[in-house]
Amino acid sequence: MNRRIALSLALYASLCVPLAAQAQTALEDVMAKKTITIAIPTDFPPYGFVGTHLKPQGLDIDMANYIGSKLGVKVELLPVTTANRIPYLQTKRAHLVISTLGKNPERLKVIDFTSAYSPFFQGVYGGKSIAVKSFGDLKGKTIGVTRGAIEDMELTKLVPEGTNVRRFEDNAATISAFVSGQVQLLATGASVAGNMMQRNPRLDAEFKLLIKDSPNFIGVGKGEDGLRLKVNEIIAAGRVAGDLDRMAQKWLGRPAGDLPQ
Amino acid sequence: MITLDFLAVLHDWPLLAQGVATTVALTVVSATLGISLGIACAWARVNTSGVLRVIVGSYVELIRNTPFIVQLFFIFFGLPSIGIKLTPEGASVLAMVINMGAYAAEIVRAGLEATPRGQIEAGQSLALRPLEIFVHIVLPPALARVWPAISGQVVIVMLGSAVCGQIATHELSYFANLIQSRNFRAFEAYIIATLLYLGLAFILRALLGAAGRRWLRVS
Repeated sequence: MNRRIALSLALYASLCVPLAAQAQTALEDVMAKKTITIAIPTDFPPYGFVGTHLKPQGLDIDMANYIGSKLGVKVELLPVTTANRIPYLQTKRAHLVISTLGKNPERLKVIDFTSAYSPFFQGVYGGKSIAVKSFGDLKGKTIGVTRGAIEDMELTKLVPEGTNVRRFEDNAATISAFVSGQVQLLATGASVAGNMMQRNPRLDAEFKLLIKDSPNFIGVGKGEDGLRLKVNEIIAAGRVAGDLDRMAQKWLGRPAGDLPQ
Repeated sequence: MITLDFLAVLHDWPLLAQGVATTVALTVVSATLGISLGIACAWARVNTSGVLRVIVGSYVELIRNTPFIVQLFFIFFGLPSIGIKLTPEGASVLAMVINMGAYAAEIVRAGLEATPRGQIEAGQSLALRPLEIFVHIVLPPALARVWPAISGQVVIVMLGSAVCGQIATHELSYFANLIQSRNFRAFEAYIIATLLYLGLAFILRALLGAAGRRWLRVS
């Protein structure tokens, strides 16, 4: 046999062994090592971002630590991006992906999903003093939205005649208009709104109305049913205990509400 | 091969018509007020000294040396922090008047400074008061001299109103943007907006030229 091929085969084998060892079942691996590796975002406030102390924080990080504590193991956080979060799971570098992951048929072909753990949605936000209980109440009010965004399309279908919808060029201008008081209400994605509310506590803004829902799920490796069912138990218990609502309230300004299984 | 579908954009003609109407209204109001402000400032720069002259000079230099969009954002996003809230349309008019005023001041000043000394002295020898001399003797020929430049500046301000859509003023480019964000026909929407602006500019120039010939005896 050619020496070079033999060498590369040996190299390949040596690379594969640790992966193969982890591949048996994720849950056994976690319990054996007493450590769970969880992929989290660091570029998506308030779900995951790097705080002033240069440590990741956010709803997804809280959720990762919550699952770790319920399993009774140490949590190793692995920062990932939107594009590479699924490959991290496929290559078994992470046991779980908690990174504002939406569920769709394409993704279901390559990974599995637990129950939903947090809401992701577009909503209408406004100060506590302004009374808005339904879309009918928007009549006669001014509401800022980013032109062409999902929430713009959906909002246009939902608002009654006589609502003053002001469309701005980008999220930054829309947020500026709301923060400076040029519009009474704001229609935007949960992450943008959460970030805005954290930075501007004096506005006393709160969630008013839901425009569109698309909740987040935790990703597990394909066929890792042991870990998936275990995490589902933790999520179900967390929902009953109100822990999921508390996390959503803390970071998004509204309870988690009804999440799909 | 690009296939153009102008009907998809023209389908929304009521929005385009509303946009043209708003652009015209913004231009008429801000050109009228802006030219008046410019004449007052030009008078102050030529005929006064001391504090007023310094204030007017600072205003003209500040506006002429900063971008229009920054002035607009300052008025719309900045002033609310000191309690002044304007509607997008109000903020647009204010920004355009302030902008037009500063440029018009410099243009009119050039016209005023070209007034022959003898004309003013002739007015004085007829015992006219300084204001009468300015309004009846100095200003009309001064405006006539710089009318082409004023007309050009009005067209520039009209075209500049396109950025007012950034603060949700319902003018022409705002609706062009809105239409293309709905039907993804960006090329067509902007071609139509371009043609509408071009048409508006030609009409505006023709009207200003006619007004100059009629009232200022611009040759």
